[in-house]
Amino acid sequence: MGIKFKALKKSLWVFHLSTGSCNNCDIEILDCITPRYDLERFGIKKVGSIRHADVLLVTGIVTKQVLPRLKKLYNQAPKPIVVIAFGACASSGGIFADSYNMAGPLDKIIPVDAYIPGCPPKPEAIIAAVAKLLKKL
Amino acid sequence: MTDYIVQYFIFPGFLFTAAAGLIASWIDRKVTARIQWRVGPPLLQPLYDLVKLMGKETIVPKSGSKMTFLIAPLAGLATITLVSMLIWRVLIWPSQSFVGDLIVVFYLMAIPSITLIISGAASANPLASLGASREMKLILAYELPFILAILVPVIQAGGQIGLGEILIWQWNNGTVVGSWSGIIAFIVAILCMQAKLGLVPFDIAEAETEIVSGPFIEYTGTPLAVHKLTRLMMLFVIPMFLVTIFMGGIIFSGWHILWGILKYVLLLVIIILIRNTNPRVRIDQAIWFFWGPMTILAILAVVLAMLGL
Repeated sequence: MGIKFKALKKSLWVFHLSTGSCNNCDIEILDCITPRYDLERFGIKKVGSIRHADVLLVTGIVTKQVLPRLKKLYNQAPKPIVVIAFGACASSGGIFADSYNMAGPLDKIIPVDAYIPGCPPKPEAIIAAVAKLLKKL
Repeated sequence: MTDYIVQYFIFPGFLFTAAAGLIASWIDRKVTARIQWRVGPPLLQPLYDLVKLMGKETIVPKSGSKMTFLIAPLAGLATITLVSMLIWRVLIWPSQSFVGDLIVVFYLMAIPSITLIISGAASANPLASLGASREMKLILAYELPFILAILVPVIQAGGQIGLGEILIWQWNNGTVVGSWSGIIAFIVAILCMQAKLGLVPFDIAEAETEIVSGPFIEYTGTPLAVHKLTRLMMLFVIPMFLVTIFMGGIIFSGWHILWGILKYVLLLVIIILIRNTNPRVRIDQAIWFFWGPMTILAILAVVLAMLGL
């Protein structure tokens, strides 16, 4: 258990899922891998397939249309998987909390390990969240 | 017999190649990061990735073929280990070469790509089978100029089909890249190697942005780690093969060892620079590139070698 967990903390591969976000959070995620912030120095990498992921990063309110896909993706992920609710919408619903097509927020559907508030969160907030998450793991 | 087992699993074989491949992969990621003005990952990053993948859950697709899905990555790993052992045995003891081991090595080097096709087909995913079909086309494209380029050292060494003979000929008569035909064949071989390694201008089979890593898409946990390890080892073994047949290999005495390592690092940096300064090409462009300009250049190199240039 020990060595595997240590390795997991050193190399988190992130799968990014947009569940009806406004593209604002998504751009901030890309900001984290730019030269200024460079999360690859902690071994954090974005992957294209949920099968390779250690972190499921969800942005946006969970709309009714995307709900079955979200559940499917969570079941397809290899365990252990960490779920992060990214931005105000995924954490609480944000300004869309009373919307007719809202099925979330995220923690009603799947267990969430970390919340990153903000609309959108700054890259510094993301790095702080990653550091806290690594401590918690 | 124990001699062979030790050689296969420890020194020129598995452990040594894996360690060298991990370091090569780290150099690749670090240099890429420095080119993009980033800091880049720490030295042990490739190792952390592999250990982490081994700790993850292994999922086998329900509609896929279970045995093939799990055995294909192991076959690739075993083959690339064997290639490394054959090349390093010749580098260390050139007299231990056997007739035709160049051909054996050449065919064994194609097997990791073939296991990639098999594992893509076994995972019952439309994107994976798309990646497998692209890999198949890519193999058809680059094998022809690659074998023509490899013919050049054979012709220059007087028609001897053995790694050891080519190596000894180069120690006596100067390296193959030193001649006109050698340098043309070497350029062709570098570009074919880029396609063999599946790196950027020719990473069409596992294009992450369009078919989400192609044949690897359904792999999780330990089988994915084995696939990644095979890729890392190829990053070490295939440039070593080119160093052996084109650049005079490594002489194991004093400063010559450092010189040999420098040859490998030079090739690695060329690979990394090509990978960082080029966009991905389409599969039809890749086939046109290899069957057109590359094959013509390789034929030119063979003709020049026949004329003794």
